[in-house]
Amino acid sequence: MPKKHTLSVAAGKAIRHATKLKGNGGSALPGLVIEKISPKFTANHLSNLPLGVVVVVGTNGKTTTTKFIADSLELLGKKVLTNDTGSNYSRGIASKIIQEVKTGSKLPHDIAVIELDEIYATHFIKKIKPDYVLALNVMRDQLDRFGEIDNTAGYIKTVLQSAKKGTIINADDDLLTKLGLQGKKISYFGVGPKIRKKFPTDSELISIEGSQQIKYSQIDRTVTLQDYDENSAVFMHNNKRYTKSLKIKGGYNYQNAAAAAATLLKILPDIPFTKIIDAVAQVQPAFGRGEEVIINGKAITIRLVKNPGGFQQALNDHVSDKEVVIAINDNYADGRDVSWLYDVDFGNLEKSGVDYVSGNRAYDMAVRLKYEGVAVNNIDRSIEKTIEKVLSNKSKQKIIIYATYTCMLKIRSLLKNSSNIGGPL
Amino acid sequence: MKKVKVLFLYPNEMNIYGDRGNLLALKKRLEWHGYEPNIKYHHIGDNIALDTDIIIGGGGQDSGQQKIHNDLMKNKEVFQKLANNNTPMLLVCGLYQLFGNRFVTHNNEEMTGINIFDIDTFATKKRSIGNIVIDTEFGKIVGFENHSGQTKLLNNQKAFGRVIKGYGNNRKDKSEGARINNVFGTYLHGPILPKNPVLTDYLIEQAIINKYGPTKLKKINDSLENAAHDIAAALK
Repeated sequence: MPKKHTLSVAAGKAIRHATKLKGNGGSALPGLVIEKISPKFTANHLSNLPLGVVVVVGTNGKTTTTKFIADSLELLGKKVLTNDTGSNYSRGIASKIIQEVKTGSKLPHDIAVIELDEIYATHFIKKIKPDYVLALNVMRDQLDRFGEIDNTAGYIKTVLQSAKKGTIINADDDLLTKLGLQGKKISYFGVGPKIRKKFPTDSELISIEGSQQIKYSQIDRTVTLQDYDENSAVFMHNNKRYTKSLKIKGGYNYQNAAAAAATLLKILPDIPFTKIIDAVAQVQPAFGRGEEVIINGKAITIRLVKNPGGFQQALNDHVSDKEVVIAINDNYADGRDVSWLYDVDFGNLEKSGVDYVSGNRAYDMAVRLKYEGVAVNNIDRSIEKTIEKVLSNKSKQKIIIYATYTCMLKIRSLLKNSSNIGGPL
Repeated sequence: MKKVKVLFLYPNEMNIYGDRGNLLALKKRLEWHGYEPNIKYHHIGDNIALDTDIIIGGGGQDSGQQKIHNDLMKNKEVFQKLANNNTPMLLVCGLYQLFGNRFVTHNNEEMTGINIFDIDTFATKKRSIGNIVIDTEFGKIVGFENHSGQTKLLNNQKAFGRVIKGYGNNRKDKSEGARINNVFGTYLHGPILPKNPVLTDYLIEQAIINKYGPTKLKKINDSLENAAHDIAAALK
């Protein structure tokens, strides 16, 4: 190992320690510094892994799917490096390597599973060719950053083309299937015809009053989410049905589970599917992605919502016996433009109404709901005050919080003080 | 109940920035004012009825603009006639550009417009993105802009407003949007109508005057809309 490299690990560890002391989480800064000192740091380490590198891209479901794959691999006896701190940029991975590697030595892992933001992924693959790439979906998301959705699909194509051993693609996303990729290396995951309408593509999502017909794609799927209800999901593989109760609930998460299972089949072709799907079923939710927190006997679920597709899918599974909180910020990480709230159909909330809206753009959300005919009881831009009210309210025992990214971080840190919540932060 | 016919242009191709929020605002406020909204969608190949009372259209990707271009040109005279008859229209972003003289793409290809606004638009590499506040005859109008096209107002073309915060038509002359008769073109989405109820009610009132004669709309409680407006106006 070159001397400069050894030095940079030590430097990275020191920075990591310092940022931790400052208390700002410190997930990306050490990586940022180390990549300046030693630009090939990440590539050198990742290129030595025996099972290679898996990259997960797509607008929605990256964090949960990455966790499905990484945790399942662990359950199947592999040692996995993953960027589970939610810092999905390459310097986040460098930080993770600093944390894992002993000064001057090789990584002890079998495989890396990494979620990447589309734009960062195009830079990442210039340094490291992934062995496998999984593409989940392309949805409108933070257009203020990506410009236009056609660009996003283009970035994902570049990343898919860089895969050495295999790519796994969502058969039900026409923006991905029409990228024109072909060959034996590709396999597909998807959903069954009966539930297809619950998984709108980007263009179906914004179609007005059913002006677009849903066409079921006839592509052969390695793993299909055939059906689901509140308690279990039915997966199909080689014409056999597998009914499973998963630790992570919700239709969109079951679709992510199918994506993860299809990816695991590519990585571990000798492991039988029943073992793979059993492992997937055991995986726990990622932070803020359907996590349940119990405080004073109240069951609080936090659902990250970043864009119309994700919000819509979360609302499709909404059950009206819950107290509803919606928190919308417009920081850079949330997307500065809140127009997207008008691409979500809030009709499912008409019955329960919304108990609280909060966040910097609480009034935008309240106006949105007013024009949908959904009643709102409380509007307070302060997230602290809202959470205080939610916790002191004695009436309802089940609470669902839909929150944009920075709201989710804030809420999670507020709840952490009074609960069993684990993980980073 | 008196009906008002609202036409939404190209919902499949030109609807990327929550544009259906504008439709929703018109629909709901028409109801609150005691009129029956009759919502129609214009798809490629459809005819545009001359008894249309309000027309709105939004932004698209470059590919969306190309798809609708022929259809728009075919209907040029109908749009011009409606514009001359004071029919209220609101065109946001992509359709604002195509209601002008021409749009010149990155590759120097020229897409002709329908000449309602005397404007030229040029695609640039730099996107104008962010919160925007403009001063207009309706007071401060707030929204979000996201466009790479830079628009020049020619001859005596009037702007819709003057930029207080943000970029507007071209980053240079502080103008934003364009207006002729009751036709408004703008880069403001957000979407523009729900948070700017004064503008929404102006479009509605003009449509009702055209169709049913002089009228004055009743007051609606807009406290939520105004709060959202004022917060947006104070944003960085």
